[in-house]
Amino acid sequence: MMKDNNVIQVENLSKLFGDFAAVNQISFQVKAGEIFGFLGANGAGKTTAMKMLIGISSPTSGKATVAGFDVYKETESIKKNIGYMSQKFALYDDLTVKENITFFGGIYGLSKKQIEHKRRELVEELGLQEVTNSLVASLPLGWKQKLAFSVSLLHEPKIVFLDEPTGGVDPITRRQFWEMIYKAAHNGTTIFVTTHYMDEAEYCDRVSIMVDGKIEALDTPKKLKEHYKTDTMNDVFLKLARG
Amino acid sequence: MKIILYIIKKEFKQIFRNKGMLPIIFILPLLQLVILSNAATYEIKNIQFGYVDADNSSTSRELIEQFEASTYFNVSEKFPSEKEASQAMQEGTIDAYLNIPTHFERDLQKDKTKGIGVFIDAIDGSAAGVINVYITQIIQNYNKNIVADLIQISDTVQKPNSIESIPLFWYNQTLNYKTFMVPGILVLLVTMITLFLSGMNIVREKEIGTLEQINVTPIRKSHFIIGKLFPFWIIGMGLLTIGLILAKVIFNTPMLGNLGLLYAYTSVYILVILGMGLFISNFTDTQQQAMFIAWFFIVIFILMSGLFTPIESMPKWAQILTEFNPIKYFVEIIRMVMLKGSGFVDIFPLAIKTLAYAIVMNGLAVWSYKKTT
Repeated sequence: MMKDNNVIQVENLSKLFGDFAAVNQISFQVKAGEIFGFLGANGAGKTTAMKMLIGISSPTSGKATVAGFDVYKETESIKKNIGYMSQKFALYDDLTVKENITFFGGIYGLSKKQIEHKRRELVEELGLQEVTNSLVASLPLGWKQKLAFSVSLLHEPKIVFLDEPTGGVDPITRRQFWEMIYKAAHNGTTIFVTTHYMDEAEYCDRVSIMVDGKIEALDTPKKLKEHYKTDTMNDVFLKLARG
Repeated sequence: MKIILYIIKKEFKQIFRNKGMLPIIFILPLLQLVILSNAATYEIKNIQFGYVDADNSSTSRELIEQFEASTYFNVSEKFPSEKEASQAMQEGTIDAYLNIPTHFERDLQKDKTKGIGVFIDAIDGSAAGVINVYITQIIQNYNKNIVADLIQISDTVQKPNSIESIPLFWYNQTLNYKTFMVPGILVLLVTMITLFLSGMNIVREKEIGTLEQINVTPIRKSHFIIGKLFPFWIIGMGLLTIGLILAKVIFNTPMLGNLGLLYAYTSVYILVILGMGLFISNFTDTQQQAMFIAWFFIVIFILMSGLFTPIESMPKWAQILTEFNPIKYFVEIIRMVMLKGSGFVDIFPLAIKTLAYAIVMNGLAVWSYKKTT
């Protein structure tokens, strides 16, 4: 049933907290190399759905595979194949840029040589040469976010999950961030990204919009705009989210 | 294995980078060792002592002189009547007073026995017990002297031989309370620091969100936990070492047993505490919660450890509860090894229980640590 080019396959996936269905029978597929936008208002269930896919939350019912592995039984195999950047900044503030890279490279099982190589590449790409030995706490938020994204790509995952990666950063940094996302996608990494910024939704290959635990719409930004007869994704979102 | 090393390195960097934590880990506990060991003593000195002497005879004056000569009593006041004496005790200016009745000397010489009133402030029951023993000893010593005098006067009368007990205190001949307390307090410090640090460490990562980041990596639970706890194991052993050195240098506490045995036991003991810390952090979401729960257990463990009050005098149910108190085992063993020179065979029954405890506790901790919720 699973097509080869679908790296994420979700069928009727639900998560209940008591009587409350945070995620209510969602189904969708994400193709390899795609930038998939996962939109929805606060509390719509985006983060809960994402946590099931990255193997840190068990679904209540439904089926899903990520990178070909089952979200119930093969969470540890999933984790080898994905990268994740949470909406909370999750690098160590009290370690330096270099130490963070070494640590995360190390626990993904990269060799010393690989870590060294990756670190050089990453530092150069982000222009962090001056601050490699500074504590991460001293970096501006935008730099931190870019660093976190790069760290999530250290072990060259097939899919990377980004939970509101650009929350709270300035428009220039957001632009740079999306350039990084494009570059990763260009290298074959599948991007699964949640966001509040509707202009960012326009950058995605396809987007889904979640309302109250359900996926209400899923298509390319162009087709969604046509279907809802609006000019911007912002208006599509408002029409759906307001019901 | 390599992964564990990465975690250990990272933990040590974070611990030693935190300039606020270092003194808390190393200096505060050692200050406590010095202060508590000097303060926590059962010895009662400077007892404020008054008396009423209605007899005003040479015998009564000599009896009072005995008290004045004692280092334990500060004879503060002679009260004209019992009313004033009782008033003074009410106000708390004296801890005990003696009421010598009229005709004390005459009756003593005539009847060879005479009652004397002893009044002790018993708000602190155990202190009152100790004061009572001191007073009784002084009076009896003095009383015997009188008896001896009487014998000299009338040799003909056969007196019954009085039985005197001569106490011999083994293992701590001079009854030096510091010798007794220092090892116990050292146990407390090692326990508290390792429990608090390990309990708060993982929950801290939960708070700042880095634990989630760890949980999406393919790292194995056991690797993560070993890497996380090992640095605190080292710190615990380090604290023990510094504590033992201070005990020797400052308090001259004896070390009769095998130092290696003590270290071997401690290495197992700290595992129990680290398992507990991890267990606590698995069931809490904030450092504050973890701290309160750790405190809850620590207070119970300390008070029921036999450190301040003997376990033998606790009610039966409490004695059963102390079986689950790791501090109890360590306090007993450190005293046995340091003060009695006990060997492996002597501590074996306690050590095997500690080992079982460590296995159960760490099993629970690893089981309850969930990468997936």
